[in-house]
Amino acid sequence: MERSYEKYFRQNRLPHLWCPGCGNGIAMKAIVKAIEMKGLDQNKTVIVSGIGCSSRASGYMDFDTVHTAHGRAIPFATGIKMANPELNVIVITGDGDCTAIGGNHFIHGCRRNVDLTVILFDNNIYGMTGGQASPMTPTGKKATTAPYGAVDHAFDACKLAEAAGATYVARSTAYHVQHLTDLIAKGMDNKGFSFIEAMVQCPTSFGRKNKMADPAAMMMWMRDNAVMKAAWDKLPEEKKTGDKFPIGVLYEASDIDYATAYDHVIDLAGGAGK
Amino acid sequence: MSKARLMQGNEACTEGALAAGVRFFGGYPITPSTEIAETMAKKLPQYGGTFIQMEDEIASMGVVLGASLAGKKALTASSGPGISLKQELIGYAAAAEIPVVIVNVQRVGPSTGQPTAPSQGDVMQARWGTHGDHPMIALSPWSVKEAFDTAVMAVNYSERFRTPVILLMDEIVGHLREKVELPDAAELDIYPRRQPSCTRAEGYQPYAPAEDLVPNVADFGTGNRIHVTGLIHDETGFPVGNPKITREAIDRLHQKIAIAADEITHVEEYCMDDAEYAVVAFGGTARTAYEAVLQARAKGIKVGMVRLITIWPFADKAIKALAAKVKGILVTELNYGQLVGEVERAVAGKCDVKLCAKYDMTIFEPEEILSDIEALAGGKA
Amino acid sequence: MNSEITIKLPRCKGCGICVAFCPKKVLAIDELGKVIIVNPEACIACGQCELRCPDYAIFVDKKVEK
Repeated sequence: MERSYEKYFRQNRLPHLWCPGCGNGIAMKAIVKAIEMKGLDQNKTVIVSGIGCSSRASGYMDFDTVHTAHGRAIPFATGIKMANPELNVIVITGDGDCTAIGGNHFIHGCRRNVDLTVILFDNNIYGMTGGQASPMTPTGKKATTAPYGAVDHAFDACKLAEAAGATYVARSTAYHVQHLTDLIAKGMDNKGFSFIEAMVQCPTSFGRKNKMADPAAMMMWMRDNAVMKAAWDKLPEEKKTGDKFPIGVLYEASDIDYATAYDHVIDLAGGAGK
Repeated sequence: MSKARLMQGNEACTEGALAAGVRFFGGYPITPSTEIAETMAKKLPQYGGTFIQMEDEIASMGVVLGASLAGKKALTASSGPGISLKQELIGYAAAAEIPVVIVNVQRVGPSTGQPTAPSQGDVMQARWGTHGDHPMIALSPWSVKEAFDTAVMAVNYSERFRTPVILLMDEIVGHLREKVELPDAAELDIYPRRQPSCTRAEGYQPYAPAEDLVPNVADFGTGNRIHVTGLIHDETGFPVGNPKITREAIDRLHQKIAIAADEITHVEEYCMDDAEYAVVAFGGTARTAYEAVLQARAKGIKVGMVRLITIWPFADKAIKALAAKVKGILVTELNYGQLVGEVERAVAGKCDVKLCAKYDMTIFEPEEILSDIEALAGGKA
Repeated sequence: MNSEITIKLPRCKGCGICVAFCPKKVLAIDELGKVIIVNPEACIACGQCELRCPDYAIFVDKKVEK
């Protein structure tokens, strides 16, 4: 039976260009299922992406879509949302796009609490350019530009989002598809900056360099190391080691979103209704 | 006409943009353009529009492109260093055909340069600042009133051609205060946002060119579900890795401006009826050049002035005609010599071309230009 | 067989995720690098393959009694 979410894909653009076993397809499906779950109007929903593997998603999704420049998805999305607040604006970005070249835009988007749902496809690597280290490549892991292992410390993008002012922060993985879908849907409910880190496997560029070339094995690694937030909070510090990481809603706060705050400015200036 | 007011160039530019329908501004503070952001911050919400101060120049460019895609006429303003940072997304606007106006209130460069001092050193940056082959429209006002007028023109051209337009101001005009009488909005011809000529069901293609070679790209949220990208694309808007389509796409970007070049290339002439020599000038420098021309006339030199309002596309026809008429041309510009290269190219050896350049933080004195006019005219009265 | 498995072969890239996560060893990758059904009777329609297929190439429906 044809799946109802297929209507959100541009059928003539499929199959997508991602490598065999790439987790991006799983995360993209989670997004359209969340859109369906929330009943967002297909004609009033905009997908904004940057540059990189993740950001090719916009071309496959049947909405108004914009494949912006590297790192710049959040400024474009901010302009779209502020120009027409009735639009649902969803950003798809990657770890390099969001936390390296677009890092400043990311933290300031959080700070403003613009009503966006930002999904970061975290594959720990620059995939499109062939496997260079990103700010989310774990220290010691190999990449073409880190042949002896990454020297840098990796960003925890969720902690970054929380500290910068995002009002909804969550993480899940390609293994935990349904959980990921639910977290994205919950992010859409939040009127403010919602950030969801979707951990996705990159068997081609990250896996091959780090003895995990099998996509299913990478997903099993996610299964075995992800710890639900409630359980994570009960873990003693000495057990939060190794590859273990928390998933779930990591942070939630209530604050006025930017467009609503700016409506007050328009009121003060006497421009309401113009 | 509304009543006369004392106004600064930067402020008049803001008024022009608002009159032309700009309802979104994203920017970042930088001297000497900051008054544009400050005026927008105050005025835009009065019109129900949006002002947003972004975290950097790149974000300022991104946010206005997003707003434009969502249907708002949008503008950003900066100066040399900021314009350098915006270049990648200026190219994006050219490639994805997103209407936007970028005001550059020029200051001395390169780099941080002389932040409060006037310059016209970004003539070539306006044309070639972003990478790759692309057309560009740039306008340069010489007065506070014309800052208003060219702001209206810039917004209109950005909408009509769906292309980035650079309003190439300089610190002289940006910070100049003059008495102006601004027209009422109703007196202005405002080019509306282009709309799709058919529906999605009727086979709408967002990047299919209309008769004037400009596509009627739908605003987001209008049910057309279009795709916008900086990759080379065909009329569907989707990327295509194909030599023929790549060539055609780049050809069309250039052609849509080229076929309208006569209409959008504005040039004004002063004292040119019997002129044997001409000064070519633009922006704030043209004010001084005009005074020098009057002084030279008083000394009996038959000299006039050709002032370029449109810097890009370059006024090839006007300069070629000028070369056929006069014995010599003096190009005055507040830089090491940029526009002069274009003048020489258009003149193609038909008459003398001399450069009167200045790049020391100070504006021209009429006497400096006068002495170069005299030298050009061979000291003959 | 309690289930109906639909495969959109042009979408399949043969990554093997469905094969790995199938608890009943219903699926395999053939010589041409695409998914094939090798043990249909064993399918319990759990949907693990469909859930994690990155290419939307495999779909499982429970057979409905008519």
